[in-house]
Amino acid sequence: MSKRTIIPFGPQHPVLPEPIHLDLVLEDELVIEAIPSIGFIHRGLEKLVEKKDFIDYVYVAERICGICSFIHGMTYCMAIENIMNIEVPSRANFLRVIWSELSRIHSHLLWLGLMADSFGFESLFMHSWRLREQILDIIEETTGGRVIFGSAKVGGVRRDIDAATLAAIVKKLKSYEKEIKEVTDVFINDSTVKHRMCGVAVITGEEAYALGAVGPTLRGSGVSSDTRKLGYAAYKSIDFEPIIEKDGDCYARCRVRIRELTQSIDMIEQAVAKIAAGPIEVKVTGTPNGEFFARTEQPRGEVIYYAKADGTRFLQRMRVRTPTFANIPVLLKTIPGSSLADVPVIVLTIDPCISCTER
Amino acid sequence: MVEEQKMMTISKDDLVKKVSEMSASGYRLVQISCTKIAAGIEINYSFDKNYEFINFRVTLLPPDETISSVSKTYLSAVLYENEMHDLFGVKVEGMILDYKGTFYRTSIKTPFNPGSKNE
Repeated sequence: MSKRTIIPFGPQHPVLPEPIHLDLVLEDELVIEAIPSIGFIHRGLEKLVEKKDFIDYVYVAERICGICSFIHGMTYCMAIENIMNIEVPSRANFLRVIWSELSRIHSHLLWLGLMADSFGFESLFMHSWRLREQILDIIEETTGGRVIFGSAKVGGVRRDIDAATLAAIVKKLKSYEKEIKEVTDVFINDSTVKHRMCGVAVITGEEAYALGAVGPTLRGSGVSSDTRKLGYAAYKSIDFEPIIEKDGDCYARCRVRIRELTQSIDMIEQAVAKIAAGPIEVKVTGTPNGEFFARTEQPRGEVIYYAKADGTRFLQRMRVRTPTFANIPVLLKTIPGSSLADVPVIVLTIDPCISCTER
Repeated sequence: MVEEQKMMTISKDDLVKKVSEMSASGYRLVQISCTKIAAGIEINYSFDKNYEFINFRVTLLPPDETISSVSKTYLSAVLYENEMHDLFGVKVEGMILDYKGTFYRTSIKTPFNPGSKNE
């Protein structure tokens, strides 16, 4: 047996936009064990709910993450709405779907860029983020923000999108699909990309499920699980099936995200075709009293917002289980046995969002 | 659309058995979370199978009462259990990986349950 060495991976590392730390136990170049540490930037946002009015807290929820900010805000609102039996107007539900899917597209493009960067394909990184900018432009045009939308509110949404803008978004996304294909074909076909991802960090569907994995990490191992199938917001009116790949390696997880780009565009087109005129919010009166686990599908997978209220304006408890938190066990399973050089690719393959995890 | 969510209150002595049954029935561990209530600490164990959402609820009186780890059944539980210890001061027995209070590096120990003897 070779001499064992422990090296730190993170919390500051070139492939990590945010701090997470792994102690890697090595025998030569082979990783034997990975021990994670989180909590470097824990912000205590769950605790803040005890001091923020339940209506105002949506602004905090949106700031849990800068990538899926809208879905965070929406899921928080859904938890409160379910406790208070608030019926959200149909138009607001469709707008929630449109902004959720725009969030998914820009998140997956961000991930594709980061993945390209992790194996040194800088031009591919730049093209992925060039495409992402166009989605951010749509988000800015419809919400006024690029990172924090400020559009979710308890009882509906804050802004409407007029018919002409909706039609322009669909037209733009139609032409955009061709551009996406040009870039994603490189991820799918380029031999250097496949060399870094095919057969790396394989996890079976049974293993991923048993470890509690969610989102593309789970679907990349052939498990058909997508929280949008619950039919929240207007997803019950959207025709789709969860995208799965069966190989369970880094390449499969990448292919799931690439195929979800096209799926999200299709969902937006369906939502625009089905959205009807009407109010975008209902007036909220009273205070919440009860509890609910709201579940939605973020770009990285299922997120849970547990809210418990006692009839005052301040919640008794608000707990967020983020998808990255659920996917960390997959890292502990897949990194051992891999080469040290593959660790950055494997870590990125779960699309870690430490901002979410350190809520 | 309101999702149906089942909530079952169980004794802490039944926890490991009940969780093992959920695992054997093919349920995924979705999350474990704590809430500080007047009577102590309420712990929710959530499971999902084919979009069916089930919760087990256990109420503890820490620091005298401890709870058994379910990490031997669900490996992912170890993260939630270390979180319970670091943020709420809940003492969990038998964790397969115990960070001994260093999983979260908060400036205030057990911030959701200040003054806990397990901090």
